[in-house]
Amino acid sequence: MAKLKGNLGRRGFLKSAAGGAAAGAAALAVPPQAILAQQEVAQQQGAPQQGGRNRGGATQPDAAVLAREDGTARPTATSRVVERPGSDHMVDVIKSLGIEYCAFNPGSSFEGLHESLINYGENKMPEVLTCLHEESSVAMAHGYAKIEGKPMLALLHGTIGVQHAAMAIYNAYGDRVPIVMIAGVGDTAVPAHTAVDLAVTVRDYVKWDHQPATINTFAQTLQRAYKLAMTPPMAPVLVVADAAHQQMRAPNLNVPKLVMPAVPSADLGSVREIAKMLVAAENPRINAGRAARTQKGMDLLVELAEALQAPVNGVGERINFPSRHPLAGNGAGNPDFVLNLEGGGGGGFGGAAGGGGARPKTVSITSAELLATHNFNVNGNAPQGDLVIAADAEASLPALIEETKKQITPDRKRAFEERGKKHAEANLKARRQAIEAASYGWDASPISLARIAAELWPLIEHEDWSFVSPQGFVGNWPNRLWNMDKTYRYIGGQGAGGMGYGAPASVGAALANRKYGRISVNIQTDGDMNYAPGVLWTAVHHKIPLLSIMHNNRGYHQEVMFVQQQCALRNRGADRAHIGTRLIEPNIDYAKMASAYGMYSEGPIADPKDLLPALKRGVERVKKGEPVMLDVITQPRG
Amino acid sequence: MKLSIRILILMAALTLGALSASAQGDAKAGADHWMKYTCYGCHGFSGQNGPGMRLVPMKMTVENFTKMVRNPSAPNRMPPYSEKNLTDAQVANIWAYLKTLPDAPPAKDIPLLQQIIGEQK
Repeated sequence: MAKLKGNLGRRGFLKSAAGGAAAGAAALAVPPQAILAQQEVAQQQGAPQQGGRNRGGATQPDAAVLAREDGTARPTATSRVVERPGSDHMVDVIKSLGIEYCAFNPGSSFEGLHESLINYGENKMPEVLTCLHEESSVAMAHGYAKIEGKPMLALLHGTIGVQHAAMAIYNAYGDRVPIVMIAGVGDTAVPAHTAVDLAVTVRDYVKWDHQPATINTFAQTLQRAYKLAMTPPMAPVLVVADAAHQQMRAPNLNVPKLVMPAVPSADLGSVREIAKMLVAAENPRINAGRAARTQKGMDLLVELAEALQAPVNGVGERINFPSRHPLAGNGAGNPDFVLNLEGGGGGGFGGAAGGGGARPKTVSITSAELLATHNFNVNGNAPQGDLVIAADAEASLPALIEETKKQITPDRKRAFEERGKKHAEANLKARRQAIEAASYGWDASPISLARIAAELWPLIEHEDWSFVSPQGFVGNWPNRLWNMDKTYRYIGGQGAGGMGYGAPASVGAALANRKYGRISVNIQTDGDMNYAPGVLWTAVHHKIPLLSIMHNNRGYHQEVMFVQQQCALRNRGADRAHIGTRLIEPNIDYAKMASAYGMYSEGPIADPKDLLPALKRGVERVKKGEPVMLDVITQPRG
Repeated sequence: MKLSIRILILMAALTLGALSASAQGDAKAGADHWMKYTCYGCHGFSGQNGPGMRLVPMKMTVENFTKMVRNPSAPNRMPPYSEKNLTDAQVANIWAYLKTLPDAPPAKDIPLLQQIIGEQK
């Protein structure tokens, strides 16, 4: 936790105050540490650096600042060139982390770092991504990390950048996704852009934040932030970088070797106990929420399930288990033992989803136990169970598999094989029934969500594809109809349920998929699209191939249903639920919206007969490397 | 007396006729109600997509449909609609509208779905 303990000496204070009433008022609003650092720069450079932009600050900038903002005045020339500025060192540290991309909306509090990234760093590792909103920067990083398994860097501009980013950070925290963020501080031209404690706004939903006191400690700070972000429970981290540290001379600073810590796994004693219970249970079930962090995690889960012939409800907040595996689903009958791995599953096919019959014995392995959260109930209630292990599930699986296999006797193995057949039969029946339900509204206009998923499947099934948007609002049809056999086939939802995630996270995930040549598919809800649509431009500008299909039901449909229910329950105005919930009069034309950002688009498409040809054209363009938007008018829900 | 009986018969005939007309419902007006009262919210524009009960093909009698609207079996999901909010005539109109909506083709007649079902093992 970064807490500034500014020590502004009398001399420094008088020097700041002497600049006139306006300047003095501004100086009082600046963090003392920033002032001291700027004095250091001034002494080194011979002239203070002026800068800033006004993005709605409460205090009006003076004429000189405005002249800088509108380009009529250049920054004050320094008496000599700053060689080896601190921000070059910052770039060296960033490069030591192997970060591929750096997303930001530009801001003067990190203009030094910006310059170093594009010139000293040659805009490679990381490459700059121009974003039109900080929420887009962070949400792109969120989607990217869920495909690539490592963080993207997001730069935030002072107080305003952090606040713009806040919702996306909250989602990533709830989703346990690593993101490294650097916020610039010291944009003294607009006092409202700086703060004594910049990170306080988001401190309750980042895993760690820190503001290095000097440029000499930046490397250890950023590396520590990276390690914390990447160690389960993963989460966003924030480092505050003083603008003065970016601009000062900082020669001969070393970058330490990055050594990643071992991931916390369950202790051997607990593992043996769980294995014993799993083998003894008559009808165990495995639920997986965010268990498979990597493909290795999915493979291990398959190995454990097959050893036990136990069903796996593996569609929690990730694809943890291949969706067409015979053991994928809730299987047959009620479980007498449940193993929850990083949360519960997501409903799954077949059997009882839980709760039927006697309460089963429950064991939970989750790293969420290690994520102490202040104020916000991000992770919900603590996992209930007869045994709760605070450890990473994926890291615990190898030992659990080994112990389980050791304890399986030939008799138990025969019994497992018998029950495995029953589970496979129940799961297959449930999957077929789920697919048959796709016929409802098949020929209807607006178009059913099942039809969109069904028509798209033959166009992508022989490609390497990745579904990069949430599926709760689209009836989970992709999971019901498509063969999700890899972790990157589906990356889950918002994390904390905040809208505005889908569009940017899809672009970020598609960026990660690009180098693997995958076709990324986003079924994009209309309400979500309108939070920060500028990310469409980012996708076009950076040539990120992504097929976005609008789920355009012309409303905040969940709320349509909720408000309608309230009207009926209160016995009044049942014809007024559309007020405040529907996006009509005028209808929003998403094809035109995408076109305005330079993206190929078609629509609105309301007749199901027009859908397949449009999908074919869209897929072809995406295969050539383009982002595409198809505006499809849809049934409200799946 | 004869006059009174004739009047009674005439009144009964008129009443039955009105009831019959009401029971039959006006599908065009029902289409408007379907949207205005946000029935589509849970049952889809198609009457068969969404978290609500599948209402197409409409197999209920208008009487049973009205009973369901007034006293749904799962009130936590489908709230009861009183006559103040939705008159009997309006409910009948919605029922008539739902009767006009086409049923979905069975999955066995949709080659695409058969292909996907065939992929399951």
